[in-house]
Formats: sequence, structure tokens, C-alpha cells
Amino acid sequence: MADLQESSYQADELIARDIDAYLAQHQHKSLLRFITCGSVDDGKSTLIGRLLYDSKMIFEDQLAALEADSKKIGTQGQNIDFALLVDGLAAEREQGITIDVAYRFFATEKRKFIVADTPGHEQYTRNMVTGASTADLAVILIDARKGVLTQTRRHSYLVNLIGIRHVVLAVNKMDLIGYDQAKYDAIVGEYRAFAESIGIGAFTAMPISGFVGDNITHKSAHTPWYDGPTLMHVLETVELNVTADQERKFRLPVQWVNRPDLDFRGFSGLIASGTVAPGDAVRVLPSGKTSVVSRIVTLDGDLARAVAGQSVTVTLADEIDCSRGDVITKEDEPVQVADQFEVTLVWMSDEALSVGRAYWLKMGTQTVSATVQAPKYQVNVNTLEHMAAKTLELNAIGVAQISTDRAIPFEAYDANRALGGFILIDKMTNATVGAGMIRFALRRSQNVHWQALDVSRDVRAGLKNQRPAVLWFTGLSGAGKSTIANLVEKKLVRMNRHTFLLDGDNVRHGLNKDLGFTQADRIENIRRVGEVTRLMADAGLIVITAFISPFRSEREMVRKMIPEGEFFEVFIDTALSDAEARDVKGLYKKARAGELKNFTGIDSPYEPPMAPEIHIDTARMSPEAAAELIIERLIP
Amino acid sequence: MAFEAGKGLTHLERLEAESIHIMREVVAETEKPVMLYSVGKDSAVMLHLARKAFYPSPPPFPLLHVDTTWKFRAMYELRDRMARESGMELLVYQNPEALEKGINPFDHGALHTDMWKTEGLKQALDKYGFDAAFGGARRDEEKSRAKERIFSFRSANHRWDPKNQRPELWNLYNARKAKGESIRVFPISNWTELDIWQYIHLETIPIVPLYFAAKRPVVERDGLLIMVDDERFRLKPGEVPQMKSVRFRTLGCYPLTGAVESEATTLPEVIQEMLLTTTSERQGRVIDKDGGSASMEKKKQEGYF
Repeated sequence: MADLQESSYQADELIARDIDAYLAQHQHKSLLRFITCGSVDDGKSTLIGRLLYDSKMIFEDQLAALEADSKKIGTQGQNIDFALLVDGLAAEREQGITIDVAYRFFATEKRKFIVADTPGHEQYTRNMVTGASTADLAVILIDARKGVLTQTRRHSYLVNLIGIRHVVLAVNKMDLIGYDQAKYDAIVGEYRAFAESIGIGAFTAMPISGFVGDNITHKSAHTPWYDGPTLMHVLETVELNVTADQERKFRLPVQWVNRPDLDFRGFSGLIASGTVAPGDAVRVLPSGKTSVVSRIVTLDGDLARAVAGQSVTVTLADEIDCSRGDVITKEDEPVQVADQFEVTLVWMSDEALSVGRAYWLKMGTQTVSATVQAPKYQVNVNTLEHMAAKTLELNAIGVAQISTDRAIPFEAYDANRALGGFILIDKMTNATVGAGMIRFALRRSQNVHWQALDVSRDVRAGLKNQRPAVLWFTGLSGAGKSTIANLVEKKLVRMNRHTFLLDGDNVRHGLNKDLGFTQADRIENIRRVGEVTRLMADAGLIVITAFISPFRSEREMVRKMIPEGEFFEVFIDTALSDAEARDVKGLYKKARAGELKNFTGIDSPYEPPMAPEIHIDTARMSPEAAAELIIERLIP
Repeated sequence: MAFEAGKGLTHLERLEAESIHIMREVVAETEKPVMLYSVGKDSAVMLHLARKAFYPSPPPFPLLHVDTTWKFRAMYELRDRMARESGMELLVYQNPEALEKGINPFDHGALHTDMWKTEGLKQALDKYGFDAAFGGARRDEEKSRAKERIFSFRSANHRWDPKNQRPELWNLYNARKAKGESIRVFPISNWTELDIWQYIHLETIPIVPLYFAAKRPVVERDGLLIMVDDERFRLKPGEVPQMKSVRFRTLGCYPLTGAVESEATTLPEVIQEMLLTTTSERQGRVIDKDGGSASMEKKKQEGYF
């Protein structure tokens, strides 16, 4: 085994003697991405620093800076503190902890490596999941003095959740327990029982010391009882995910349509799995249209075959619809299409998951609007127990149902990461707030037969001689929404228009009488009103709604339900002081007295529209004039 | 780099595919992207990857050179040639205030970089209204770069907030942003210096001849060999340029860029020297050293690339 460990030193000799031979060898190296899991006390940064040092990735000037820093802020006395090599951001160096994900690079004779260095504490679960998402292998570090800890279980659970197939259990700091084999065996035994319980079938265990260098690149004389491979040997020889991906079914998520002129239309994307060649019969999802691959086009000439992991541009024999977000498959091996899924979610934002709120869901190359239902359960990542949960807070992991606003091509995450892993984006802040993995579809769209209605919404609207529309009033309590909405409806009826006015009185007492005024209930209130509004618009009506509807994202959600051009956001703009002074129903007084909780404008926010279709400034306009203006805009 | 049947992809093939995927995401998801082109070897690779990503279309964005007027003459020559050959529009931006005040590396020290590069870049991005800018930074260059995302979000005044970076999972990049905000995108984040050289070698990508050793006039200052590239160079009393066989590992403003003595005149020889060398790539740069080990992080927060 030892002859495999000399890589970097042999390389130097070859570089000096025959650079062309070295380059030819280097050109054919594969790439392994791995993650190290462990907290700062387990010696993770030290281990990575050691790998860089042993593979000669540290230069003299860096070493000189490192020696100076080690003396100044290091934790190893006069010795080199390898951890300082990898703790990048100033805040981390001062606090002595790794906060973010950092990526490190080194190479040996056989492979190139990218290490994701991530923090171990529970509050950094999101960082670890991020680092794990691109890894082929995980090194789980255990401090030999402490054995299997809660955090070891958490790391292993996350590694398994993300679907990393290769796990190395590195029992570190063996030097500090006198290289005691019995203690090592006990730790490995305990870990094996746990690993099996969560579904990690196989792992490689080894006794190491990052500080001394035992069994890192060289077999250690301190552990004669250990006859397994060194860490470097495992890293250099383990089978890669990309190789396995080539054996799977062909999946090409279309990223960009390349159209330099009328004669060329290419579909560009990174092949998620499988292989493709000109002449292959293919199918485009979700449309289901079929064609044949004509060419695989590259700057260096056409390819006879392309495989998983390559970024390609293919052309098809037929002019069929195919655009960003679609997935190209072999004709007889299509992916499923669905719009409701059970998913595992990792929440990554300080602001908790808002059940029922619409988020952007990005998966593969498609971005759709999606809403999450209340979690079925949350996983306690330390005990792996399932706990009841109403929402998911930062770093929480749970299982929930999710619905997308249209059917999308997908695969279960276990079968294909690229078509089953997604991120959720907050529509207002644009922040990435969560990551998810599809477990299965709840309802396959191909099984759903939408009733083909001969009586269409156009037919219904036509009978009424009008175009359906939604006048969505929003504004503070007491702004005058109901007053103006009532006037508008009266005027429309006088013009022989068919209308319906939805307001708090006829909704809160019936359809929504089970809802209160918490943020979640307010969101659900508006969602239901939105659905009813949509049905009424489908029936051909002009629907007028008068709700405070304080949150932008809910108003956007309703806007998305209604066909373009039919939704009019009507902002009844009144200064809080004016509304409070008016206080028709005496509500502000109660809210100020603390008798009413979650009152908009007092202890619950109002988010004014950014670009309403109609903006009514009540300080400058009477309700009568406002109603006239609204009708003018609706029926020009 | 044609794929060999029956084998997995090589590391360079994986890196190439990843970079192309990143560039296509940006073009699909942003309104007005631009490629920052500094004429160095990393820019050369980035431009080459862009041509591959969009072939047979030309890359659907312009090149932007934020110029300091103090680059090596050979860099200006290659810049203009590459713009012609790629069929891409080349935008050259020089900070008018720096131009007017005659900001230069001899009199103005750190202000030179700040005004020409940091301020110049911000001004150029604002002037043209670009909402995404490709940069050729690599994570192996410097510690704070190792933690930067591939899609790196910038506030409306170009600030980077390292504490508040968007999680980047799998190969899913979140390119959403509000009006006025922008993203810097680093498609070659995961390449190392050796990867860059090897790829240039394999793909025969044109690079500035200064990367190869030749007899050049240099003076030694603060332990660095500085090339006297034009008549603006201010020699100190008694200082006489020496002709030495030198080359450059990185290229920037010529009075700020240290050369190394070398006999390497071919790419394999350059790579050979690089692999056997004992100092890191950025060591020849004066700018990283202002302010100790956290200086690059600070510069980046302020808007430096």
C-alpha cells in the first residue's frame, strides 16, 4: 500500500525530468469533490491544511505568512497551526471558527481534488448541506478522545440525506489516546450500529492524526494493527459519481436556446445523466413531442457521442417547441411530469417558512411558483426523532407537501440529483431561503384528466357581454376601501355589468370563519379569497375585493392566478394618522390599548404596492371621484 | 477536448462543462451581462470558454476592459486583437477623474488601484447599466476568494457582504435581484493556476507574450523586478535598467507587477517552472499586501473585483 502514497514527491521528479510526460499524465486526471465534516475541535481545518501541505500545495511565501500568523494567533503554541491556512474570512480568523463554506484545491499524481470545508456546529447546518450538495465523498471526523457524539450523528444524517454514496470515518487525534486499538475498535463499532440504523450501508474507517500526519498520505508506524488504506489512497481510488451517471437514462435539461440565425436552432444544456448520439429518437418534456437528434455541435466540430457531465448543444430534426426548462430524454424513457410533491426541505433563512406563501422554486433549468403546506413533521437532527411542526425555522429539516403552479418534469432526488433537487427563493427579497429534495409526486399529471369544458370562460363572459376583471382593493383599515368599492359596484351595475363584491363581512363570517389574524391566518385568508375570486372571474364576473391584504407576496400570488390584463391592484392610499383619526369602527383605539393584536399599521406591517394599476390618494380625492376614476380605468 | 469513449470525464472536462453551464445560466437569467476582460491568462481562458458556450452564436455580451492607462503595451495589443477575432464588442473604460488628476502608481500608491480599478469598475457598470459581470477570479488565488460564491451578489452601491451570501447548492444558481442590484459571476472559480495553464496549452489559447521569458529592461525595487515598459517610468537617480531574461506570472499595471527571472520560453517550460517554484502566484502583486492578511477581503467588500 505504501508505494501508492508517494505521489507528490514522485511528481516533482517527473516534472523536472520530463514536463511533457507529466502534462500528459495530469491531463487525464479525474476530479473528486469531497466534504469534511466535524467541528473545529475535531481538527478538521488541521486535516485539510495537512492534505494541502503534504501534496505540496503550500508555497514558501504562504508558509512564511502561516508561521508568522501561527505565532500571533495560532492555537498550537510555536508549532504551525494548519487551521490558519484554511480559515479565510477575517471574522473567522478572529473567532477561531469556520463560518462559511470554503473550497480548497490540491492534486496528486492520480487525481485533482476540491474540498468543501464547512462548519460543524448545528447553527451551520445550511452551510454543511451546501458543501455536501456537490460532494462525491464525505470524510466524517471523530475526535478519538470523545468518540461518537451527537454532532457525528447529525453530520452522518445530513451526508446520507444529500445522498453522498462514499463515507470515510476518520478517527482523528489517535496520537492523543496513545494509538489505542481497543478504543478505536469500540468507536468504529458504535458508529457502525448507528450508520446502519440510518441507512448508510458501507463506510471506510481509519485511525488518523491530522496533526502528526498518521495514515494521511503515509501508512503510520504508530498503528501496525491497522491494515486498511490511508486517507489519500481512498480519495485517489474511490469510484466517481459522474462515471456512474453515464450509465443512467439520458436527461438533458434545456438551459438556453441557441438561435444565431433562422437556419440554426440548438438546445444547450449540461447533460444530467446518460449519453446521447446523433440519430437518437428523443422526447421533449413536458410537451411530450418527439424528434431525432441531428447533431451535437461544438466549437471544435460535431461530436459522435456526448455523456453525463458535458455541456453540449444539440439540434433536432424537427421544428418542435422546446425552450428553457424543458427536459430532453430518449423517446421511450421519458421523465414524469407533476405539480404536487412530497419533499424534504432544509430551511436556510432567518425568516421562517411561511406556509401557503408563494416562493420561486428553481430546479434544473426551470423556475416556477410554488407553495409549501404545513410540514408533516420536522426531523430533530440530533436524535432523528420526528416532531410535529407548524413551520420550519433556520436550519430546520422537515418533510412537507409542495405544489407548483404548473406541471414540471422531475425525478425523485434519489434517482437523479439534477432533476430532483431544488432551491426556494423569496419573491420579495430574492434570497435563497430553502433547499429541497423531491421524494415522490403526490399525483401524476398524466393521470389527471382535466374535464374538457366546452363551456369556456370566454363563452360565459361573452353571454354577459363583458370582459372578466378583478379589482383588488388594498389599504389600511379605515382607508375607505369598502366605501369606494361599494360605489364602484353600484356604478357598474347601473352600466349592466355583472359584478360581485367580496369583503370582510361576507367572507370572514362564512368561508373563513375558522381563521384569526396571525400572519399565517392572514395569508390563508387571502389565498382562499384569491381562489374564490378566480372562480368568479372564470364565471365571467367583474370581481371587486376589499381586504386590507397587507402583504405584497399574497397580492402577487393572487395576481398570478388571474389571466394577464384582468387583474387591477387598486391602492387606497391613506396616511396612517388620517385612518387612525377617522377610526370609524373604533379599532385603532382598541389596538393602541392593546386589546386587538396583530393590527395592521400598529403592530403588524403594511407593505404598500410598488406599482399598482390604480393609485387613489384619499387626501386629494373624494370617494365619488375615486370610483369614477376606477371605472374609467376599467372600461376605457 | 473530445471525450474518450469508455472513460469518465477528466478534471479539465468537468471544469470546462461547469464554466460553460455557469455562463449560459447568466445569459438565460440576467438582462444585460458583460464580461470583464483584463487581458491576463485567466481572462483568456474565460473568453475562450464563452466562445465555446455559445457557438455557433458569438458570445451574447460585450467585453469590458477597465483600463488604468498603465498596463503593459503588449496587453493593449492582444486586447484589440482578441476583440477583433471573437467578433465581440470591446468597451474600454477609464475613470475620467483619475485621468484628469493624472493618478499614477508612482505618486499615488493605493489610491491608484482604488481610483482606476475599484472606482473605475463601479462607474463603468453604472454607466452601461450591466446587471451581471463575469470576472476571472479563482478560489485558489487568495483566502477570501475561497469563500466567495460563484454568483456573488452586490448591493446597489456594489458592496459585497461576506456574512450574507446566498447558499449555492448543486449547480443551482439564484440570479434574482432587485433593480439596481447586480451580480458578479466567477465562472472559473474552481480552476487552479495549473488548470489554467494546462488548458491554455491544450486548446492553444493566445496569451500575452509577457508570460514567456525574454530579455527585458528591468529595475529592482523592494525586492521586485519591475519592467521599464515605456518612457513614463521614473528612474531614481543612478538607477539603470538591466536587460534580464524575465517573465511574468500575473499581469497588471506594469510599474506594480514583479517579474521573475526565467528561461522558460514555451508553455511546458512555464508550467514546469510554476510547478517547481516555491512562491505563490499573487506574490508578485503589490496590491494584496496593503493591510495585512485581510486586505483582499476588505477591498472586495468595497467593490474591487
